[in-house]
Amino acid sequence: MKRVNGFFLGAWEFVVGDDWRTAIGVVLALALTALLAQAAVSDWWVMPLAVLGLLALSIRRAARGAWRSHASLPISPPDQ
Amino acid sequence: MSGAEIGLALSVFLACAVEAVEALTIVLAVGATRSWSSALSGVGAATLALAAIVAALGGALTALPIDVLRVLVGGLLLIFGLQWLRKAILRSAGLKAKHDELETFREETEAARAAGARHSGFDGYAFTVSCKGVLLEGLEVVFIVLTFGASQHRVPLAAAAAGLAVLLVIVAGVMARAPLARVPENAMKLAVGVMLSSFGMFWGAEGAGASWPGNDAALLVIIPGVLVAANAMAWALRRVTGPASTGQSVPGERADQATASA
Repeated sequence: MKRVNGFFLGAWEFVVGDDWRTAIGVVLALALTALLAQAAVSDWWVMPLAVLGLLALSIRRAARGAWRSHASLPISPPDQ
Repeated sequence: MSGAEIGLALSVFLACAVEAVEALTIVLAVGATRSWSSALSGVGAATLALAAIVAALGGALTALPIDVLRVLVGGLLLIFGLQWLRKAILRSAGLKAKHDELETFREETEAARAAGARHSGFDGYAFTVSCKGVLLEGLEVVFIVLTFGASQHRVPLAAAAAGLAVLLVIVAGVMARAPLARVPENAMKLAVGVMLSSFGMFWGAEGAGASWPGNDAALLVIIPGVLVAANAMAWALRRVTGPASTGQSVPGERADQATASA
């Protein structure tokens, strides 16, 4: 059981890394695309928008984390 | 070869070349410091394990229905690719240390020397470190080979692109007899992130039932679009952090400082 848990934990760490919010966002965007496709509504735009938004948010979170851990930087995050 | 197949081969080649450069540094360090035969045995063992994973999972993945496969592979590639992109953008802005093969080589060499006396014959340290290094770097390549290859039903093409990249890196390493510090790793990582995210987005949406305008030709807009967006984010982040933060990067990164050229 311990090995199975370790395997799934390792796989999660490998694929998702340290930003689980992006992974959840990708799954939700795919689900929304599937829903729109089933409803025969224009659907292709969901993923590009989601990718841009998720990447920007992920970078913002990571940059803030880096700013916090690099107190020697001459500037602080733009908005707290 | 179709455009998607060229994209597949190029993505796998670049990803594999980057990982192979990193693995080569580790093997060179333990081989030169401890034992070449044991280090190369470790490489062989890791290569066999990686090949077995590709053979076992490649067949299983290609047996899935195409829509299920594409939504699964697209989602995974996108999650994975966004990680690569985020790290590349942070490196470009100086908020994350860039890879420096000379520094890694120095650290690995010191660790190998500090690991204790070397016995004649088989060296367990050299075997374990090189095996682990190749296995860990190779797993990312296996993931990319399997996902890209399976979604196009071209696992052999993906494996061939990976094999070619490894071969070229080995030849370059043997010729240089040193870590390949001048390879623009960070720019290549940005390019891989762009490709993984673009193909992930494309296949994921198709698998979920979406229709792209222009079908496969949409990739000709998606890939440059993701590249431009990533560079715009890197540029915006650099403007906020200022030139001082880029000074945190470790030596040997000048060759690929300008990620915009990726």
